[in-house]
Amino acid sequence: MSQLFTETVLIAIVASGIRLAVPLLLASLGEMYGQRSGVLNLGVDGIMLLGAFGGYYAVLRSGNVWFGLVVGAAVGMALGLASAVISVTLQAEQGISGIGVFLFGLGMSDLLFQKMVGTPVPITSFSDVHIPLLADIPVLGGMLFQHSMVVYLAFAAVPVSFFVLNRTTFGMNIRAVGENPEAADSLGVSVTRVRYATVTIGGTMAGFAGAALAIDLGIFQQNLTNAAGFIAIALVYFGAWRPVGVMAGALLYGFVNALVLQLKTLGIIPRSWSDIAAMAPAVVTILALVVVAQRFRQPAALTKPFTRGS
Amino acid sequence: MKKPRFIGIAVLMALALVVAACGDDDAADDTTAATTAATTAETTAPADPFRIAIVAPSASNDLAFSQSIVDAVDVIAGEMGNVEVQVTDGTFVVEDAAAAIRGYADEGVDLVIAHGSQYGGSLAEIAPDFPDTAFAWGTAADTFGLANVFSYEAASDQGGYVMGVMGAALSESGVIGIVGPIEVGDAKLYVDGYAAGALAENPDATVNINYTGSFGDVALAAEAAQAHLAAGADVLTGTAQMVVGAVGVANDNEMLWFGTQANQTSLAPNIVVASQVYHWEVALRDIVSKMEAGTLGGEVYSIDLANGGIVIEFNDAFDLPADVLAKAEAAIAGIESGAITTG
Repeated sequence: MSQLFTETVLIAIVASGIRLAVPLLLASLGEMYGQRSGVLNLGVDGIMLLGAFGGYYAVLRSGNVWFGLVVGAAVGMALGLASAVISVTLQAEQGISGIGVFLFGLGMSDLLFQKMVGTPVPITSFSDVHIPLLADIPVLGGMLFQHSMVVYLAFAAVPVSFFVLNRTTFGMNIRAVGENPEAADSLGVSVTRVRYATVTIGGTMAGFAGAALAIDLGIFQQNLTNAAGFIAIALVYFGAWRPVGVMAGALLYGFVNALVLQLKTLGIIPRSWSDIAAMAPAVVTILALVVVAQRFRQPAALTKPFTRGS
Repeated sequence: MKKPRFIGIAVLMALALVVAACGDDDAADDTTAATTAATTAETTAPADPFRIAIVAPSASNDLAFSQSIVDAVDVIAGEMGNVEVQVTDGTFVVEDAAAAIRGYADEGVDLVIAHGSQYGGSLAEIAPDFPDTAFAWGTAADTFGLANVFSYEAASDQGGYVMGVMGAALSESGVIGIVGPIEVGDAKLYVDGYAAGALAENPDATVNINYTGSFGDVALAAEAAQAHLAAGADVLTGTAQMVVGAVGVANDNEMLWFGTQANQTSLAPNIVVASQVYHWEVALRDIVSKMEAGTLGGEVYSIDLANGGIVIEFNDAFDLPADVLAKAEAAIAGIESGAITTG
């Protein structure tokens, strides 16, 4: 047990938890915008997969990780827009249509990978950015301030999302449309336009999250996300539709995963318990969801399509 | 307002189906090319081709489990000449695999290979319906007592042992990390064999093993490698298709890597020391000759170092010290002669 409390191992656990949290955080924040406006998009994982392939392929061809992120986000934006057409204009059942988007992304990303790449080829990954001064703080510096730029961007998106949702007209419109679309409509807010915007933002962030994941790992493979998009959706509920809550959920999930891995590595969790321990992150997160989320109410119009005058 | 919703769903489902169908075409396209080449080579025999179908859980070029069987069937096809090969890959959903297995049997394929121990339950139900079709199932040592099921497995502990010896000899920190998926079957054999080899070479070595609990979680495999790094490891290995994540971490941190199931040198040419490669054709060759003699199953095959089904492929670009190579060769000879037990 004493091996666990060495500086190197503690730094590794926190840094690892943060890295695991980042794709979830980005995708989850994006999904939160849609849900706050009343649209549940279950296709996040499929969008992440296509964003991941787009980002991977762009870096493979150009060698530029930033170009890869832009391509991933652009792919996500296009799919977000398509999801908006399906759920807002065509008013498809949101509990089903998103699964279609997921299956599309899962199949299409693999098909494109097989056709355009084939055997996995490693790509350039992000380099770590040491924040001046902060990175030199003992222990904390190694845990928090020696990550890639994407990690800082993801966490910067939390206060930005808070500001957008709570301090801007756009954010007020999002919340109004998600709680009472009829009232918002009668006040001249276009429900359709707001929902198109939020679902497209969600798609863009999911595509970006997927690209960030693929570039960070330096590789693409069939079903690379391994259902991270579905965890991201659960985290929106866990986070009670609030940016800070979503961040707390993503970090909790990442940290428990990292801790369990390290405990296994050091032999503190016996190997016979390994498979049970692998469930810990999900179990802990679900328990927290049950305890915390009960105190909050979901947006009243969530999953309900809006038709003027109906 | 019901109607538009259903149109939306219908459009989506249609799209999903188109993509799924394209996926199948893809595999078919690739193999047709190989088949045409094989068929044209055999100009004198107008006979019907021998038909082999593979159903595999991950991509057929995954540099791991699925690729090993596809490569082997390609070798067999090249040897036999008039062979038609079909592949359905990426069927990590067992029900999809079962449908593909039944479909191939229904089409009259001669040998259907169900490449995944998880397909066993389905195969036991399907095989009795097609008594004239031969099935091969792996990795497993069970033919369900059926006359038309062969099974095959790999003594992956043997290659693991040899590479464990090399890993312990090359490690400067004396700490070795192994990233596993779930502690079953082929993965468990390999991991245990590697650990045994490392400890045989250096009884004071620390061998840390973490099973991530997943065959496909690449991000978790990367973090598992990070955990080994924090614990002081400078030599890593791992098994299953998610290890590409761990290889990336090893490469970034200049740790040495040992591959298994296929030659993984192309993933990280600077750090891969050697890979254990499966040559299932050793088993397949015998299965085909059994079939030609009229036997469609009932046999269990195990590939190993002695029968040439398992080969250690070294990375020529890696400067392996002569004494370490000698230790590896001694271990191979010892295992082949039975002087060393790897279990």
